[in-house]
Amino acid sequence: MVINHPLLGPRDASEFVYLGDASLMDRPNWLDKDAGQKFYKYQYLRDNPHLEHKELWFHEQGDRSWLIVTRNISTHEILTVELAKKFFDKGV
Amino acid sequence: MRYSLLKIIKEGLTGNKGWRPIWRNPEPKKKYDVIIIGGGGHGLSTAYYLSNVYGINNVAVLEKGWIGSGNIGRNTTIIRSNYMLPGNEPFYELSLKLWEGLEQDFNYNAMISQRGIINLFHSDGQRDAYARRGNAMLLEGADAELLDEESVRDICPFLDFNNARFPIKGGLMQKRGGTVRHDAVAWGYARGADNKGVDIIQNCEVTGFKIVNGVCRGVETNLGPISANKIASCAAGSSSRVMSLAGIKLPIESHVLQAFVSEGLKPILPNVITFGAGHFYVSQSDKGGLVFGGDIDGYNSYAQRGNLPVVEDVCEGGMALMPFIGRAKLLRMWGGVMDMSMDGSPFIDKTHIQGLYFNGGWCYGGFKATPASGLCYAHLLATDEPHEVAKELTLDRFIHGKIIDEKGVGAQPNLH
Repeated sequence: MVINHPLLGPRDASEFVYLGDASLMDRPNWLDKDAGQKFYKYQYLRDNPHLEHKELWFHEQGDRSWLIVTRNISTHEILTVELAKKFFDKGV
Repeated sequence: MRYSLLKIIKEGLTGNKGWRPIWRNPEPKKKYDVIIIGGGGHGLSTAYYLSNVYGINNVAVLEKGWIGSGNIGRNTTIIRSNYMLPGNEPFYELSLKLWEGLEQDFNYNAMISQRGIINLFHSDGQRDAYARRGNAMLLEGADAELLDEESVRDICPFLDFNNARFPIKGGLMQKRGGTVRHDAVAWGYARGADNKGVDIIQNCEVTGFKIVNGVCRGVETNLGPISANKIASCAAGSSSRVMSLAGIKLPIESHVLQAFVSEGLKPILPNVITFGAGHFYVSQSDKGGLVFGGDIDGYNSYAQRGNLPVVEDVCEGGMALMPFIGRAKLLRMWGGVMDMSMDGSPFIDKTHIQGLYFNGGWCYGGFKATPASGLCYAHLLATDEPHEVAKELTLDRFIHGKIIDEKGVGAQPNLH
């Protein structure tokens, strides 16, 4: 797979480390009343869709930026690539 | 029809005209006691043990393609019980015991070959880890033997013992481990279940669940609705897709694992060998091909095919372990979709919806588990109580902190 890095252009996927579902950016607040339940869902449960999937890739052997890649899970086609920091304060 | 030497001789002398298809292709009935979703190894073995051990025969196995078209038909066929943790090892040891008696049990030739498996180690730390694992296996009644370098040399003289970076210092051997003819496992279980009246319904895709007041009463399929008292999902690889139809979110990601077969060679590998310094495992099939694999690709995938970086990585592992492998041509490679769970261990459990049961999360270790998975799932379906060796394989274990993480890498499915 080739990931079209927004700043660096097309880069081979093997330069990246895969973390998983982009919902991992939405870390629950540990002060919430039901924080335990929220962290359980955040940490362990996944939608695991079979078509479009927003996911976090880390450009470890590049500029060390976090990217949100939207990919078709059934064909490996990459639909969009964005810098994760764009979303960091807004949530995904 | 029972298979025997006498039967083969009789058929041989009479033109082989007496062989019949070994399972029917029935139309689905309106209602069953149990519906099993997924006609793979685990679904068929569940049907087999339900009908043969627990006496429940009014069972349908629904398969969206043809039986055995998923991971039972695309794995590297290794059986072993070399796990360490108490939640896992008794389960896999039961599975290995069931493998040992399977062909007699279901009267079908599954070509089970207990040729042994050697996990190589390359450092003092790794030797300690394998000694610990071997002791854990012995405690559960499995067999394990710690081999030094000389003993490994006796068995596998062709390995690269003096590799400058990862010299081979010995290995942990399980002599009862080995390989099985994987397709025959699906066919043997299908035949055994069909003989007892189980309906195996192919090309029947589940498209929804009928859930009334929190009770699951049946499924919607492309062949119309079918009702049942108990519905058992057994569709590893696609578990999340099936269970999302019931609104259930699972602690599972789907990943792709590739496997490879070389051209046929004369017999060279006496057993199954795994490389301890990278992820590479290899055995030789009866046709002579070297069957090998390595890591999953590492990103979510339902594509049943992987990418080239992992091909390179696996082949590098092979070259480091046994340089002669570079002379063999790669004949075939393929990918299968794995249910990668959050701790690397599977699930056999009820769900919060009454009448709906779940079996999945086998990561890339589902094949060896086929018999015990079927038996324990059948036990759960028949008695509503977990089987003794599967009682820790619960869906809610993450809430209670009772994870079964052999590798200790945490909730990162692509690292298990």
